Amino acid sequence: MSGSLTERALRVRERILKIGAGEHGTHVGGSLSAADLLTVLYGEVLRTDPRDWFVLSKGHASAALYAVFAEYGLIPEAECDTYGAPGSRLAGHPLRRLGGVDFPTGSLGHGLSLATGVALAAKRGGRLGRAFVLMGDGELQEGSVWEAAMVAAQLRLDNLIAVVDRNRWQISGRTEDCVGLEPLPDRWRAFGWSVREVDGHDLDALPGVLGAPPPAADRPTVVIANTVKGSGVPIFEDRKKSHYVKLSPQLYARASAGLRNRARRSR
Amino acid sequence: MTATQAWEETYGGAARDVCRRTLLELAAADPRVICVDSDTGGLEDLFAELPRQYVNVGIAEANMISMAAGLAAAGLRPFVHTLSSFAAARACEQIKIDVAGNNLPVRIVVTHGGLSAGHYGPTHHAVEDVALMRTMPNLTVLVPADAVEADLALRAAHELAGPVFLRLGRAPTPLVHRGPCDFEVGRALRLRDGDDVTIVATGPYPVLMGIEAVELLAGRGVRARLLDMHTVKPLDRGALVQAARETGAIVTVEDHVLVGGLGGAVCEVVAEEHPCPVRRIGVPDAYNDRVGDELHLLNEAGVSVERIAAAVLELLGVRAGR
Repeated sequence: MSGSLTERALRVRERILKIGAGEHGTHVGGSLSAADLLTVLYGEVLRTDPRDWFVLSKGHASAALYAVFAEYGLIPEAECDTYGAPGSRLAGHPLRRLGGVDFPTGSLGHGLSLATGVALAAKRGGRLGRAFVLMGDGELQEGSVWEAAMVAAQLRLDNLIAVVDRNRWQISGRTEDCVGLEPLPDRWRAFGWSVREVDGHDLDALPGVLGAPPPAADRPTVVIANTVKGSGVPIFEDRKKSHYVKLSPQLYARASAGLRNRARRSR
Repeated sequence: MTATQAWEETYGGAARDVCRRTLLELAAADPRVICVDSDTGGLEDLFAELPRQYVNVGIAEANMISMAAGLAAAGLRPFVHTLSSFAAARACEQIKIDVAGNNLPVRIVVTHGGLSAGHYGPTHHAVEDVALMRTMPNLTVLVPADAVEADLALRAAHELAGPVFLRLGRAPTPLVHRGPCDFEVGRALRLRDGDDVTIVATGPYPVLMGIEAVELLAGRGVRARLLDMHTVKPLDRGALVQAARETGAIVTVEDHVLVGGLGGAVCEVVAEEHPCPVRRIGVPDAYNDRVGDELHLLNEAGVSVERIAAAVLELLGVRAGR
C-alpha cells in the first residue's frame, strides 16, 4: 500500500468500520479518534534504528492499531476480517503474540508506566530509541498514570513522549461531566512535563509535532491531541453512542458513505 | 573466629538485609541488574556506588511494577523492592498483566511476608500474598526459610529466565541451616527423615516449628518427615506424591491464610495424584487486628509447635482407627 497520509488514514478508517461491522463490533469512536495519530506514528514517526517503542495504552482502540498494521504491511489485509474470531491473533485488546505489540494492553493506566520503564532503560545504557505511549483521555482518571507522570519528570526522561487522544468522551458521557480533566495542559505542566497541543486530525502538522525533539531537554513531553470521537464518520462524530458499535449492514453502508463523502469534500 | 561464628556473622541478620548485600554483589557483576526501590529505606545508601543501577520510584507500587516490566522488556534485570502486601495485593493486576503475563524477568523482592510485620498491624501483614501470586502464570514463588536460603533464592532468581516473587520477612529469625544448603528452585528440602507422617512447611517460623514438632513427636514414638517447601510455585509434586505414598499422612504449616496457600496447593496435588489425609495449619480466614510480635500472632492464630504435633497425632489416630 502507498499513497499520501490522507489516503492512508482514509483506508485505516474504512478498515475500522469494517471491523465494527463484523460479528463482535468494536470500539469505533475511540478507534476513529486515534486513527490519524496511529497512521502518522507508524508511518512517519517511529524509527527502527535504534528502535522506538510504542505502547497503545488505550488498548480498546485495537481496531485502529490493526487497521494501521494492515496499512503498513505488518499484518495481511485479510487478517483484519478475523477480529475476535476463534484462533485469530486479533483480540478486542491487543495481544503480545501479535508481532509488533511490545506490551498487551487493555487495562487502562498501565501504558505510561511501561513506557517510563523503557525510557529509563534507554537512559541507563540500552541501545534503544524513544518511548511513545498513546493514552485515552478518560484513562487519565487512573491514578497510576500520575504516579508514572511524577517519576518520569523526576527522572528527566526527555526520551518519553506521551500522546493523549483528547476526544473528550468516555463511556458514560463527556469527560468533564464525569471526572473532569481540565485544565489538562496545566496539570501536565504542574507535573513537570513539556506540553504540546495539536489538532489530532491535522495530518500536515502531526508528523512534525509527534516526531519533534523534546521541547525542553530533561523533561518528558506530552502531546495533547485534540480529537473528535468517531472522527471522519459524520454519524459517529462527537457522539456518546459511538463508543462501542456493532454496525448493522445498513449502518455500515451509511457510515461508509459518510466517510467517503467527507473525504471527497475535504480534498 | 570459628567456622560456626563466621557462618553466624554472614547469615545472622535479617534475611532481607542478607539479600540486600547479595543484590549489591549481583549488580556489581551484572550491569543489567537494576535495583528498583519504592522508598523502602536504606537501598539508596547501599547503591551509592552504583547509581546507574538504582532508581527510587517513590511510594507508588502499581507504577513500579509496570515500570519494572518496561525495564525488563528493554533488556534490564529489575529487582523491585516493597512490602509483600503492597506488591501482591495493591499491584496485583500489574503483576498479572505486565510481569507474569509477559513472562518478563522481573524479580519482585518483598519483605513483611506473613505476620512478620508483627505490631505494625494488619495493613502491613501479608497472609494472602502466596495465594494471590500462586495463580499468576509463569511466576516462580519463593518463600525461603532463613537467611541462608534467602541468599541462595536471590541468586537463583537472578538466573531464572522468567519472573520471580521472593517473599521475605521483616525481623531476623533463627537460622534453619547451620551449614551449606542444597537449594534448588522447585525442589523441596527434606530437613528430617521419617516414614510415619510428613510435615510440609514454608517460611521461617513454620519450618522452625516443623523442626521442633519433629523432635516433640519423636518423644511420642512418631517418626516424622519434614519438607521445607521453599518454592511454592512450581511446587515439588514429586516430593509430595512420595510423601503421600511413603508416609500416608501430611500436615502443612504456613504463616498464611488457609485459603489457597501452601496447604491448598498440597491438597491439590495429593487429591489428584495420591489421596491421603491432610491437615492444614495456618492463619484462619478472618481479619486479624490483634496486636503482638510475629510469634505471638502466629501462636494466637493457631500456628504453633503444639498445634502441629496435635494435628499429626490426630491424623495418625484417624489412620489407626480405620
